[in-house]
Amino acid sequence: MDSFLQQLYNGLSLGAIYALIALGYTMVYGILRFINFAHGEIFMVGAYVAYFLAGWFLPDGAASSWLMFLLILMLSMAICALLGIGIEWTVYRPLRNRPRLTVLITAIGVSLFLQYGGQTFIGADPKAFPKILGDPVQVNMGPVTTNNLELLVLVITLILMFALRFFVMKTKLGKAMRAVSHNIQASSLMGINNDQVIAVTFAVGSALAAAGGVLYAMNYPTIDPLMGLLPGLKAFVAAVLGGIGNIPGAALGGLILGVVETFAAGSVVSDYKDAIAFGLLVLLLLFRPGGLLGKATVEKV
Amino acid sequence: MAWFSRHSRLALGMGLLVAGLLQMFSGYLDPYYMRILQISAINVALAVSLNLVNGYTGQFSLGHAGFMAVGSYTAAGLTKLLPEAVPFFAELQPASQQIWFLIATLLGGCAAAVCGFVVGIPSLRLRGDYLAIVTLGFGEIIRVILQSNDTLGGARGLNGIPRLTTPFACVALAVISIYICGTLVQSTYGLGFLATRDDEIAAESVGVNTTRCKVNAFVVGAFLAGLAGSLNAHLLTTINPSHFGFLKSVEIVVLVILGGMGSTYGVVIAAVVMTVGLEQLRALNDWRMVIYSLMIILFMLVRPQGVMGTLGVDKARAKTKRKPV
Repeated sequence: MDSFLQQLYNGLSLGAIYALIALGYTMVYGILRFINFAHGEIFMVGAYVAYFLAGWFLPDGAASSWLMFLLILMLSMAICALLGIGIEWTVYRPLRNRPRLTVLITAIGVSLFLQYGGQTFIGADPKAFPKILGDPVQVNMGPVTTNNLELLVLVITLILMFALRFFVMKTKLGKAMRAVSHNIQASSLMGINNDQVIAVTFAVGSALAAAGGVLYAMNYPTIDPLMGLLPGLKAFVAAVLGGIGNIPGAALGGLILGVVETFAAGSVVSDYKDAIAFGLLVLLLLFRPGGLLGKATVEKV
Repeated sequence: MAWFSRHSRLALGMGLLVAGLLQMFSGYLDPYYMRILQISAINVALAVSLNLVNGYTGQFSLGHAGFMAVGSYTAAGLTKLLPEAVPFFAELQPASQQIWFLIATLLGGCAAAVCGFVVGIPSLRLRGDYLAIVTLGFGEIIRVILQSNDTLGGARGLNGIPRLTTPFACVALAVISIYICGTLVQSTYGLGFLATRDDEIAAESVGVNTTRCKVNAFVVGAFLAGLAGSLNAHLLTTINPSHFGFLKSVEIVVLVILGGMGSTYGVVIAAVVMTVGLEQLRALNDWRMVIYSLMIILFMLVRPQGVMGTLGVDKARAKTKRKPV
C-alpha cells in the first residue's frame, strides 16, 4: 500500500509537468486547430534560459535562494512568452488561412529549427543544470517520501493551473479567448481582435511550457537541445487523452499519463515505458475519439 | 509526362533496363556517387509510397519510418541472424545469397504490410490530426519495441549486416514503386483512392468502399516502405532503432510535401534533389540541419503546394481512360 501511494505520488509529480506542457498544446489547438509541434521545444528553451540566467545571477558559490528561483522562473516564462509571440508573428500568422497541413509541417519545421539551432549555437552536449535551490531536502509526508523539489513542482503547477483557470474564466481577455475558440469568425464580428487573442494564447501557452521546462530541469538536472522532443510528444498525447481543446482535460490527461507511466516503469513492462503513452492513446482514440472530457462531434452531411 | 501515364508498362521496362545498365557499368562509376544514387533511389521509393497514403488517399501518416523499421529488421534478421543460427544459410553461394536476400526483402515487405494493415484500421475512425498522432504513436511503439528486444540488438541495433544491396535493386525498387503507385491511382479501382481524399461522404454515396481504399493504401504503402527499409539496411550494413524515430518519418513527409502532395513526379524530383542536396551540405556540419529546417519553413510560406504544385495531378486524372464495364 505504501509503495502504491509512493508510486502514485511520483506519477502525479511527473504528470504535473506533462500537464503544464499539455495546457499550451490544448489552448493553441482550441483556437487555431493545429498541433503546435514547436511547443516541446519551447519547453527546452525555457530550461536553457533558466540555465543561462542561473549562471549569470548565481556565480559559483553564491547562496541560492527562493527569491532568486522565483526571479529566474518568472524571467524564463517571460522570455519564452516573447519567443512564442515571435514565432506566431513571423511564421504562423502569414499561414493563418492556409490548409492545416501546411501549418502542421511548418510547425515541425520550427521545431526542427529550434532543436538544431540549439545544437549548433549552444552545443549538442548535455549540460548540468545548476542547483538553484541547493541540494534536494528529503521530506516525509506520512507514507510518502519526497523532496522539496518534487513538492515545488506540484505546488507551482497547481498555482499556475488555478491562475490559468482564473484568467480564462474570469477576465475579459479569457472570455475573448473562449469566444475565439468557439467560433473564430463570429468572434471577430463581435469586435474581438482575433490576432491579439491568438498572440496572448501563444504567450500564455509558451510561458506555461517554460515553467514546465524549468521545473523538469530542476528534478532531472541534465539538459540538452533534444530534451523537449519526448516530453513534448507525450504532453501532446496527454492533451489528446483529456480531449484536445479542453483546458481541464489537458490537466487531467497529463496527470493520468504521468501516473500510468510511473506505474509501468515500476512493473515488468518497464522497458516499454515510452510506448505505454502511445499505446494508451491508440486505445483511447479507438473507443473514445473525442478524449476523456471532449465532446463527441457529430458529422453533418 | 503524359507519355509516361499512357505507356506505363513501357516506362517500367525502360526503367528496369536503365537499372540493369547501371548495374553492368557500376564498376566503372565512382563508388561515392553510386552510393548517393542508391540512397536517392531508396528515398524515392519511400517518398512515393508515402505519397500514396498522404497525397492520393489523403490519410495523413507520420509513422512511415515504423514500416521501414519493420522491413529492415525482418530482412536483416533473415540475412544476418538466421545464418548465424542455421549453418545452411551461412554456406550459400553469392548467387543464391542474392536470391535469399530477395526472399528476405519480400518477407520484410510483407511484415511491414501486416503492420500497415494494423495501423490502417484506426484510420477508419480517425481523420486529420488525430490520425497523424496515432500513426506517430505506432511508429514510436515499433521503435520502443525494437529498442527493448535483445535478440534484435536492443538499443545497439544490428551491425555487420551483409552488404547485399546492388544499384540494380535500388533503382528497380524506385521504378517499381513509381509504377505501382502511378498506375494504381489511374486504374478504375484506384480512382476510389482519389475520391476518398477529395470527399469521403460523396465517395461513399456513389458506392466507393472508402474503408477498403484507406486500408489498402496503408498496406501497399507499408509494403513498399518495408522493401525500401530492407535495401537500406543491406546498403548501410548497420541499423539502429534510433534511425527509425519520429525524425525519419518527418524526413519522408517533408519529401512528399516538397514534391507536392499527390504529384508522383514532384515527389520523385524532391526525393532526388533533397538526398543529393543534403549530401552536398554535409561539409557544413551542424549548419546542415539548421538550413534544412529553415528551408522547410520558407518553402511552406512561399510555395506550400510543392515544387510541381498540382502539375501532373489533375492532368493524370483527366487523361485516365475508363475501361468499359
